[in-house]
Amino acid sequence: MLHIVILLPFLLSVLMLLIRQTTRFHPGWFVLPLPAVLFLYFLLKISAVRAGEPIIDTIAWMPSFGVDITLILDGLSLIFVLLITGMGALVVLYSIYYLDKQTEGIRRFYVYLLMFMGAMLGVVLSDNLIILYGFWELTSISSFLLIAFWYGRERSGYGAVKSMLITVFGGLAMFAGFNLLYVMTGTYSIREIIQLAGTFTDNAMFIPAMLLILLGAFTKSAQFPFHIWLPDAMEAPTPVSAYLHSATMVKAGIYLVARLTPVFAGQSEWFWLVSVTGLFTLIYGSFKAIRQTDLKALLAYSTISQLGLIMSLFGLGSAAGFFAGRQDAVFYTMATAAALFHLINHAVFKGSLFMVVGIIDHETGTRDLRKLGGLMSLMPVTFSVALMGAFSMAGLPPFSGFLSKEMFFTSVLNIREFDILNAGFWLQLFAVVAWIASVFTFVYSMILVFKTFGGKLQKDKLDKVPHEAPVGLLLSPVILVSLTLVFAFFPELVSLPLVEPAMASIHTGLLAPEAPFEVSIHFWHGWTPEIFMTLGVIASGLLLYKGYTRLRVLDREARGRNTLNRVYDASLQLLERGSRRITDAYMTGSNRHYLLYIFSFIIVSLLAVLLREPGIRFGMAQYAELSFYELAAIAVMLMAAFAVPFAKSRVNAILFTGGVGYMVTLLFVLFRAPDLALTQMIIETVSVILFLLCFRYLPKLKQQKEKLSFKLPNLIIALGVGVTVTLVALAAMGSSPFEPISEYFLKESYNLAGGKNVVNVILVDFRGFDTLFEIMVLGIASLGIYGLINLRMEEDQRQPLQRDTRLAVPLRSNDVILKTMSKGIIIIILVFSFYLFFAGHNHPGGGFIGALMTSAALVLMTIAFGMDQVRKAFPVNYRALTAAGLLLAILTASGSFPFGAPFLSHAFGHFHFPILGDVELATAVLFDLGVYLAVVGVAMNIILTIGGDKRWNS
Amino acid sequence: MELVMALAIGILFTIGVYLILSKTLLRIVLGTSLLTHGVHLLLLTMAGLKKGAAPVLGKEDTYVDPLPQALILTSIVISFGVTAFYFVLAYRSYQSLGTDDIDSIKEAKE
Repeated sequence: MLHIVILLPFLLSVLMLLIRQTTRFHPGWFVLPLPAVLFLYFLLKISAVRAGEPIIDTIAWMPSFGVDITLILDGLSLIFVLLITGMGALVVLYSIYYLDKQTEGIRRFYVYLLMFMGAMLGVVLSDNLIILYGFWELTSISSFLLIAFWYGRERSGYGAVKSMLITVFGGLAMFAGFNLLYVMTGTYSIREIIQLAGTFTDNAMFIPAMLLILLGAFTKSAQFPFHIWLPDAMEAPTPVSAYLHSATMVKAGIYLVARLTPVFAGQSEWFWLVSVTGLFTLIYGSFKAIRQTDLKALLAYSTISQLGLIMSLFGLGSAAGFFAGRQDAVFYTMATAAALFHLINHAVFKGSLFMVVGIIDHETGTRDLRKLGGLMSLMPVTFSVALMGAFSMAGLPPFSGFLSKEMFFTSVLNIREFDILNAGFWLQLFAVVAWIASVFTFVYSMILVFKTFGGKLQKDKLDKVPHEAPVGLLLSPVILVSLTLVFAFFPELVSLPLVEPAMASIHTGLLAPEAPFEVSIHFWHGWTPEIFMTLGVIASGLLLYKGYTRLRVLDREARGRNTLNRVYDASLQLLERGSRRITDAYMTGSNRHYLLYIFSFIIVSLLAVLLREPGIRFGMAQYAELSFYELAAIAVMLMAAFAVPFAKSRVNAILFTGGVGYMVTLLFVLFRAPDLALTQMIIETVSVILFLLCFRYLPKLKQQKEKLSFKLPNLIIALGVGVTVTLVALAAMGSSPFEPISEYFLKESYNLAGGKNVVNVILVDFRGFDTLFEIMVLGIASLGIYGLINLRMEEDQRQPLQRDTRLAVPLRSNDVILKTMSKGIIIIILVFSFYLFFAGHNHPGGGFIGALMTSAALVLMTIAFGMDQVRKAFPVNYRALTAAGLLLAILTASGSFPFGAPFLSHAFGHFHFPILGDVELATAVLFDLGVYLAVVGVAMNIILTIGGDKRWNS
Repeated sequence: MELVMALAIGILFTIGVYLILSKTLLRIVLGTSLLTHGVHLLLLTMAGLKKGAAPVLGKEDTYVDPLPQALILTSIVISFGVTAFYFVLAYRSYQSLGTDDIDSIKEAKE
């Protein structure tokens, strides 16, 4: 069921793409039911979760990697899913009135919003760290898309990229931390890791894992110094700011800290990092908020500050981990309760305030505090909402913010008695910081209300005459702000069903299983230190507010970007320029450079393995003896090879290369590879003809006059490759750790495939797949050649190339002797090629060789009688021939299917024919026939295409 | 024998790579040809040379390793197709750009 819950928003977002944008119906109405229904669904689950029965759903995904889609709805998740769906419903309702249905890309807006909703539900429900990470990044992406909703604006793009870079950077760090956890515990499941908590704290990877995970949490929850993305994220439409950037997504980091508290609580590093970062962010954000002139920026800094508050409370609550199993622990868990309670309160009052700011923006056309004022009488409902929300934020009675603020004070006072870390002085300081930050919070809350609604209306600075917002727009903020009153007077509505079960999932193992947490939140505690602190906040806050008004802080022009932003911009620019420079330095666009990298890499990697791997021996115990013929063949081959770079003309270079090829053929003969020798010989012949065909129009070879600085690196690299390959050859002879499969081929070739020529049997039977794909590659190459020659993308404007008559290879020879001779020779070659084809299975030969031989005969015919004659004699479409061959091979290969055998199974049998005697017939021969036809088709297609190019005859 | 072959293969590779790194298309194509020859001989040499009769089953007891031969046979035919494609590519680029020098081709393209 939980899987479906997560899936539903994604499904609906796909549906949103399909519906048509009509003028009658706002697409938001399609969306609204979903979060509302989900909210009700989760409300119904409260009783089960409270009874200590979390809902667990599992779908196996990659069990061998320990990655299963396990979803758990426990106390902590419950608070978050209710926030996500509840706030989601209200925000969608608000957006229906905020964004006109004619807004460009309105469907896109809801697609992203639904995507976010699904992803966020995934984050807080996943038990598997990998799944959590996936959803986590998805929230970053949907946040990016929503911030950039008005992508035409430059600031939107800037803010979107900034938020994306910072949160995804943190997400990656967190991912690394998750994997460290996996390495230590062997599981990605949060539940199982929590069960192992405490057993791996001595591991060297424990602290790095903690730091990396905190990096993810702090970036997501906009903690100092990663908070800089949040103010820029305010470029998003206001419903998005209310939803993602104050109520839900930015709390994902807090969720993660709370979720992993059982693993890390009781570690001094965790305690200090979380609480100090939180407190610093709290005071920094509240101070910065005072200085903002834009209402949304003020709220952004206020959110940063409040997130810091909640974060620090979870840090303080982790102190309980030091007293596991003792009654003292409960004393410190107060902070956790305060954190959870404030989490809810913050979502409620901040959501309403964002909506109010949206309304002001909507009705007056500006969010600038310097232009606003005197809206109290014009927008009474909006004013009341703002007043209540702001008072709740400032921690004033009778609003729920007051209660959580009191609990916050209690927690920072309690922590003074925490004596384990011997840091009494610093812990005293916590309370001081908390109090000062509260004063700032009070001040900016007052600014928000009274600078906007109090004072005089400045009509001349506004674009339109403000009036009260429509009911639809007011509905959501009114609902939210009335909740702050409800929660204030009936805190048990929240504490019993939500906070207590969540406490149980955060502080696992702290208390005996049967003893549940009891959280009682009261409005009035008597004349406690906390109430005096609040009174002090009000008094100093009022003074500061007066001074602030007198000093006219806002009227001073803001200093522009702050230092952290400048660091971000500069480092981004540095990275961009640096990577551009590095890339430009090696991605030169020169083929030669890339080849140099590749060859250098080959040398380094192979040599490193060869020289460092202990099991490698060079050379073998017994070498085959060296005969004179072999030595002569090798010597001639090397001499021909040496001559190639020094050849002065094209023809010489081509002929020298051909010489090497023929010597290789000879070596194949000497090394008992008859099939290879036959193939190589024919290929070499056809290749040389091809070379000559192609290059007779090319310019003469330039004498290589390159500088030494060009040649020397080439030579060094070439020599390096040569030495490496020699060593590889020697090492391959010396070490053979595996039994070669060839023995099997030799033994079974006749029994299983009915062929005596093992090489041919391997090609058509044992390794038939290779051959099948090989002829396909050939077919593709020949089609490529055909295309290159015959398809002219654009008409060539150049003059026809000058024909170099001296070196022309006669395609239409007038040589009578050649013509007469070749008539006979061609027939002999053709007959021989058929023999080779049929002999193939048992003697040297086969489809390849036969086909190449046939092609050689046809090429000779072309040379002797001309292209047209061949076309007349064999009016065959060679491309179709290739296709037919491929088809035959595939059909033969799949012919085994009706007999229930796998692809490419062959059958064979011996038959007695009258004249031929005992004949062995194998389906492998049919396959080979396919190969034969395909190769003839390819070879002739290539030759005729190149030879038939019209330019040759111009 | 194998030692000599290993050296010869190294030399073929050296010359092949040197040619591939040069600027003229023709030399580059020829370089790949030499490199291919080197690879084929390397495959053959790795399995040991002249350890028995040619792998056509008959009366002998031992045969040379047939597997490298099958690999090489495939490779020869494929490299024929690839080389032919190179040729035509080089020929066509010379036809349209008027040069077979790698660097000039780059300039002509820009």
